[in-house]
Order: sequence, then structure tokens, then C-alpha cells
Amino acid sequence: MRELELYFGPQHLGMVGNLSITLTVEGDRVVNAAMNPGYLHRGFEKLMEQRSWIKNFPMVCRMNILDPDSMEMIYAMAVEKLAGIEVPERAHYIRSIYLELARAGSHLFGLWAYSNMLGFDTVAQWAMYHRDLILDRFEELTGGRVYHIYIWPGGVRRDFPEGFEDRLVSTLHSIGGCVPDYDATFFNNRLFADRARGIGVVTREDALAMGAVGQVLRATGVDDDVRKIDPYAAYDKVPWDVHTSEDGDAYSRVWIVRNEMIESVHMIFKLLDAMPKGEVYNRIPNPFKWRIPEGETYVRCESSRGELGLYLVSDGGDKPYRAHFRTPSYTHGLTILEKALKGASISDVGNIMMSLYVVAPEIDR
Amino acid sequence: MAKGSLLSSLKVARFLFRKPKTLRYPFEKKEPALRYRGFHLNDWDTCTGCGNCADICPNTAIEMVEVLDLEVGPGEKNERPKLDYGRCCFCGLCIDICPPGSLRLSRDYFHTHFNTDTFVFVPKDEKSDEETFLPAENYSILKASLTHRKRDYEGFSSDLSYALFEPERVPMPEVPPAERTLSFVEQVIGYDREQAVREAERCLECRLCEEACPAHMKISDYIGAIYNGEPEESLRKIYEDNPIPSICGRVCMKHCEDACSLRLRGEPLAIRWLKRYVADTIQDFKSTLEQQPGEPTGKKVAVIGAGPGGLSVAYFLRLMGDDVVVFDELSGGGGVIRIGPPRYRLPLASIEKDADHVASLGVEFRYNTKVGTDVRFQELLDEYDAVYLGIGLTVSRSTRVENADKCRLALDFLRKNKTESMSKVTEEVIVIGGGNVAMDVAREALRLQHMQYPGEKVVTRMVSLEDWDEMPATEEEIEETREEAVEFNPAWGPKKVLLDDDGNVSGLLCMKVKSVFDDEGKFAPTFFEDQEMVLKGTTIIEAIGQGSDFSFIPEDMLTKLRFNEMRKVSVDENGMTSLPGIFAGGDIVNTNLDAVTAIADAKIASEGIHKWMTRSR
Repeated sequence: MRELELYFGPQHLGMVGNLSITLTVEGDRVVNAAMNPGYLHRGFEKLMEQRSWIKNFPMVCRMNILDPDSMEMIYAMAVEKLAGIEVPERAHYIRSIYLELARAGSHLFGLWAYSNMLGFDTVAQWAMYHRDLILDRFEELTGGRVYHIYIWPGGVRRDFPEGFEDRLVSTLHSIGGCVPDYDATFFNNRLFADRARGIGVVTREDALAMGAVGQVLRATGVDDDVRKIDPYAAYDKVPWDVHTSEDGDAYSRVWIVRNEMIESVHMIFKLLDAMPKGEVYNRIPNPFKWRIPEGETYVRCESSRGELGLYLVSDGGDKPYRAHFRTPSYTHGLTILEKALKGASISDVGNIMMSLYVVAPEIDR
Repeated sequence: MAKGSLLSSLKVARFLFRKPKTLRYPFEKKEPALRYRGFHLNDWDTCTGCGNCADICPNTAIEMVEVLDLEVGPGEKNERPKLDYGRCCFCGLCIDICPPGSLRLSRDYFHTHFNTDTFVFVPKDEKSDEETFLPAENYSILKASLTHRKRDYEGFSSDLSYALFEPERVPMPEVPPAERTLSFVEQVIGYDREQAVREAERCLECRLCEEACPAHMKISDYIGAIYNGEPEESLRKIYEDNPIPSICGRVCMKHCEDACSLRLRGEPLAIRWLKRYVADTIQDFKSTLEQQPGEPTGKKVAVIGAGPGGLSVAYFLRLMGDDVVVFDELSGGGGVIRIGPPRYRLPLASIEKDADHVASLGVEFRYNTKVGTDVRFQELLDEYDAVYLGIGLTVSRSTRVENADKCRLALDFLRKNKTESMSKVTEEVIVIGGGNVAMDVAREALRLQHMQYPGEKVVTRMVSLEDWDEMPATEEEIEETREEAVEFNPAWGPKKVLLDDDGNVSGLLCMKVKSVFDDEGKFAPTFFEDQEMVLKGTTIIEAIGQGSDFSFIPEDMLTKLRFNEMRKVSVDENGMTSLPGIFAGGDIVNTNLDAVTAIADAKIASEGIHKWMTRSR
């Protein structure tokens, strides 16, 4: 049969985000897939070299629209490490609570994208609505809905407002009460299971060889989570589980996302109980004079998509000399996706991409 | 993982009968959170126009614009931030850096307009813009925009505990009051390098201080150099405008700190102590500054008075290449600064350090030479191309009450302590006056008492016409004097000096003050004649103000010397008096009566003198 080159870009309903793939197809089958990164290039890493340490804060979060908070966290961690800034104990707890809330919000957003793409419009609307409830809490805590600019070096930008904990708990309860509905209509739904089982399988060997992280790696049975193996914030202060699966297919990955959301909510409850009182912010140096001693560092955290790394270099100046992000979507969206797409049906291209949880802005920094 | 069923999703059907979650805007409105980051608010009354918000904005969305009809005082600029909502990302950095806390974000976020220019605007708040900010009953969400906003709708606002600046200064180590009153040990110990760098780091570089400084010193630059660990560079910056940093670093009246934007909700930057740190850290000014006198011009200038003004004029003129000779009746430099400030505040060594540097440039100092007696004024006019009068206020005024001739005068008391041996004081001293000189006298007398009567009960009493809130001395000085247990008697006026049978001073009869100033704010004290009090004291020192001594100027010239309505010598924009070739500055010209204003006068006069001497005739 004749091979055909098919451009699969943002104009396609199955593509979420500004990403494009050049597919070589034979009939309905994908023979080869070539990713075209650069579609969404905004030059964040280069821009960071031209802005002072503090001015980068409102920007780093924009590198990942769905999960901006891990970006704030990792930049704060790197800056704190380079500048030797201590963080108060309570701020560690607030950071963990905040990041888990962000993870749940990000997963709900991802669930919207995935279910919407598959045609499960009802689930998509629920997920979007529930994410909005979480955004309300973020608005209350930080003043912003999407970009919170809340984690600073030295702690967090404001303490919990009056009565925030109760409202947070009740919001999470109301979302958690809908888990049976989600299960019935989506996760346990045959229509979905048939679309996702056995699709986009990534073997454990491939996952390890190609640098998979997060749900993609955990879906192959590898028990890997930065929050466990290299704990930061308050993740070592309360017990919690890492969820894995064995099949390595789209269904396993989404199932892990579901379980992680529930785990995040439970973790927030535990953290709220264990949280100490006290300061939440150690004042950073005057931003107009702030220079960080010469040095370089690599820090990592677990974003909602897996291990996120930042290599940050200071030449002793008032701006980063170099910032380089190692983002989960980079490996997932390029090498792993290209391999997973081989032999897949055209109708599954978006399905596989979304199940790998690829978010385009993370690829193009 | 449960087994899936095709039918399980039918459970969703029940949602068909529920109310929709979507809000029907604008009929149903969602109230933003209390910390919501919406449009800006700016309180124009507290905004100083410092521009820190514009400096920190990551998107250059803020620009400072000049507001021409805005009245501004010291520490303020007639500029206000202008926002461009095409660029703003509502991060709120501007809020957390705002020193007065005037800039805030509101919970408003609606603006729809065909014209994109309307997205650029200068924020105000309900206090100064009643037309835009409407009370709830006049507000309609349907008209919501940048020009139709809700009153009392503040969102994300400033919180000092999370501010991006440090409101508290690094504490200055000082000798405690009980210890320092026993000797003339310098009270302020001074910052060490670590403390100085930490304090210098607080500077936000808004430069409001530079406007306020009479000499317009490059404060931001020299503080920046301290922060960078370069005190040498800092000293060079200081010497561009001020040749007496050791003196000013101790006794400057610090107009700059009164203008510092950090003072609004915290403590001002310790600019004076940082200058002192630089002056004290660098041992050898000459090798650090590497200054050379300018190309010789062959012109000669006589400077009368080696005070702050005289030293400065000599320094600036010498750098321009003129030959300068400074005459002073005292045995060293400093003028009134040499005799006035007690040694616990300004040690002689600090004065010598500054004067020595000026001398090292080739300025000739003729000390112990009083113009009028040792050298005639006319000789100076004949021999030199120009004369600078930096004579200051050297004569203490007396209250002239009955038996006032038995009292001592402040400057004579202070001068004697510096130039001859220490005065003998008695166990009970009364100081009349409420100004800085009076405080100096009282504190110096107290130290002498402790030294002359160790272990015995001694007391120094102050009596001033002014009440606490009108006392002319600086707050800091009053506070320190009180710390040292000097007894204050504010709002009492002297009526008569009481004598014992041997004709020695035994006390002061005082009467209660009704008011110090008249309706026009002029000094015209009135008293309750019937309310009297006797203060016991065997030494009385009068410190009620100083005047100057022009007796060295020949009568015929003195009549031509013009004075203004404040009884100060009138000078033109070049610092020249009504007598050609005779220039003046300092306390006889300005009303600030401090060293840094004398430096400012000297700078103007030195340029004036140079221009006048080298003019084409």
C-alpha cells in the first residue's frame, strides 16, 4: 500500500496544545511518527538569563500552564540551595499542601483534556468544574487563579487566610464525593477501558532506557517518585503511598493518575493535621541588590507529570547565568511518543499522546 | 481495577435533573477572594513617587509619570506610577516592594473598551478619585471598567512581614548610658564591615535622599559601593560632594534619612552611620583618593573660618587649581564643629582626619590667627583675589535676665573644655535652652560632674521655654539626653538668677510659659507671671542661641554688606555678597545651621569664586 505523510498539528481535534507530529501512514496505521518541537518556543530559559532572581518568579510558572506550581517550587528550591536560604518549618508544610492541591488540579485538567478528546464530554465538564473549585481555593490563598506566584525563596508569600483550612477540607470532600461517579462513567466504563487497554504500551525496558518518569514509568511497575526517593518540602513528614501498575498501557497510566489524585487529597488531610504553627517566610535579600554566590546546582521535584529537574548556574551576579529545565514531557513527548505511535491506528494518536500526559509548553521552553 | 460495564455510565442520567453549575454572568456574580489580584489602587497621599514599583516590574508595565500640579515635600517626587494592562501580569511584586504601602490591588477585574489606549492608566483610589470609585448603590456591574469601579474593594495588599524590603535597621552598637556618662568615651561604636554591608543592603536605590540632601551627595552610589564591599570606591563617591566625611558621618543633621522611603513604615536607612563606617574604615584618605590639585591658575583665595564650609570651599577651589589660605582663630580645623559637639559625639581625631586631607592637597592653614586682630581684613582684600566668609555663629546669646552676668555662656563653656582645661562645675547645674547646643552643654556638664564628683549625687537640670513637642533639638538628641538622666523642665522661662549672700549663684527663678510663638509663628514668648518656681543650681549655663561676630569688617564696609529679612547675609546665585569679591556661606547665610548645608553653600561659592576670579575683565 502507498505511504502517506500526514500532518497532525494543533488544528486536529485530537491534539491538545501547540504541538505537531508528522505522521507517515499506510492506510490507518502509523508507520513512522516524527515530532516537531519548537512550535511553542518562547525562549524562557534564555529570558531568565536577562532577569533578576526575583523577576523570574512571575515567569517560571508560565512554563507549564497546567501545573505552574511545580515550576515555582523547583526554581525556589534551586535559588534557596544556591543562596543558602533556610525555609521555616510551617512553610514546608504549606508548600506540600499547596503542591498536592496543584497536583490534584493539574490531574483534573489533564482528565478534562483526555476525556474530552475521547468524547467523554460529561466527565470532561465535571473535571473542569472540580478544577475550578480548587482554583477558588488557590484564589483565596494566593490572589491568583492559574498563576499563583506563591512559593518564594525563603518560604511562601502569605500564610493561610482565616478559616482557609476548613474551606479547603470541605472543597476536597465535595470533590472526593464524586469519585464513584467518575469511576462509573469513566475509569470503570467499558467504553473507556476498550479505548485505553493495550494502547500505547511502553515496556519497562523502553521506559527506563528512554528516561520515562512519573506515571509513564510507574505504569510499568517501577516504584519511582522523587517525593519518596529524594523528599523535599514536608513529604517525609507524613505516610503516603506510591501507586504503580504493571501493564504500561494508556489505561494503567490514567488509572495511576486517578489514584494519585485520591492520594494527594489524603496527603493534604494528613499534612493539615501535622502542620506546625509559626513563621512562613524568611525575608530574602533586597531584590535590587540580590546577588547569589557563584555556583551551580541541580534540583529535582515530582511535578504532576513526573520528575522535574532544574540545573541553575550563578556566576555571582544578580541574574541566573544559565537555567536549564529537565521536563517530563520532553522525553515523553519526543522519544517515547514517537516509539509508542509506531504501529498505532491514526484514531489513537491523540489518545496515546494524552495518556502520556504530554504538555507542549514543557517541551518548548 | 474493577471490571467495567457498558451500563455503569447510565448512572450519570440523574444529573439531568440537577441545577446547572454554570454562573449566568452578569446576573449571577462571583465575588473575588479577599486577596484577589485585580486592578491597581494607589493612595496618592501616601505615595512618594519613589518608583520602586516601576523598577521591580518584570514586564516594564509600570512607568513613572510626572504630575505637574502635585505639591511635594522632601522625600517625595511629583511622579506617580502609570500602569499598562497590556503588559501587567498581576504578579503583585510592585505591592510587596512599595515602601509606603500605598500601591494595592483591588478585586476589580472588568474592563472592556474598543480603544486599547484606555488600558494604560494612572491608578488612584477612592480618596483622590471619587468619580471613578463609586459606592455600592451607584455601582453597576454592567458598566464595570477602569473608569467605573467599586469603592472599598481592596484585594491583595501590602503586608510588612512579607515585604521585599527590610523595615528594620541593623542596630548601632552604643555605649550604655550609665557607662558613657562617666567619661567622654564616644557613644556610638560604629558598624563593623558585616553590619555595614547588611545595612547598606537595605537601600532600595530610589534616590529620594539625594534630592533631600542639601549637598546632593550621591548617596545611592556610595551605599551601593559599601554593599559591594568597596569602601574605597564609596569614599571616592563621597568626596565628589563632601570633603568632611568623618565629621558628617557623626554629626550630620541627616536630611537624607528624613527623606528615606524606608522610614514610612520602618526605620530609615542609617545613611549617616554608613558614611561614618567608610570614613573610619579607610585609614589613609590620600592614597585612596589619589587626588591632585588642579592646574595652577595663579589665583589666591582667603578663606575666613576653618569650619565645614571653610574646609569645603578650600577643598573645591584647590581641586580647581587655586591657591587657598584658610584663617582660623582656633588651634585646628573644624570651626564651631571643633568646639560645639562634645567629644563623646565627635572626637577631635575625626576632625583632624578630614582637615588633614584638605591640607594634604596644598591648602595653607593659618591657625591661631584671628582676622581683625592678628591680620587686618583689608590686608586680605588687598592680597587675595577673593575672600570667603565662613565665620559661622560663634557668639552665644544671653537671656539678659537679672544677674545674668553671673551665668556662663554655652559656647564659652564648650570652647574652654576643648581648648583649655576642663571647666570646673558644681554638683547642681542648670542649663537654659532646648536646642541641640543646650543638649550638648547639659550632657557635657553631666560628664564633668561625674568625673569631678565620682560616686556623689550630682544633677543637671534643663529649663526650656518650649514644651516637649516644640523643643528645637532633634528627637534623637532629646531621647539620649533623657536616657542619661538629665532633668527636664519644659515650658518654663527664666525670670531671675538667684544669688546667695556671698553673691554666688544659688538658683534660677522661673515662670510658667503661656506660649512661645505668636499667631504668625514668630518667636514672642508670653508667661503666666504669677506661676513661679525656683530651680536649685550653683552653676547656670545659658544656651539659648548664637549670633555671629562681624566686628573684623571695617565699619564703612559693614554698612554696605546687605542682610535679608531673616537677618542672614544676602548672597547671589554664585554665593557672592553685596560686596564684590567677598563670598559667604554656612550659618551666616542659611537657616538650616548645619554642616551639610554649609558644604552645599561652599560648593556653590567655590564655583562662583572660581568663575569670578577667572572672568575676563
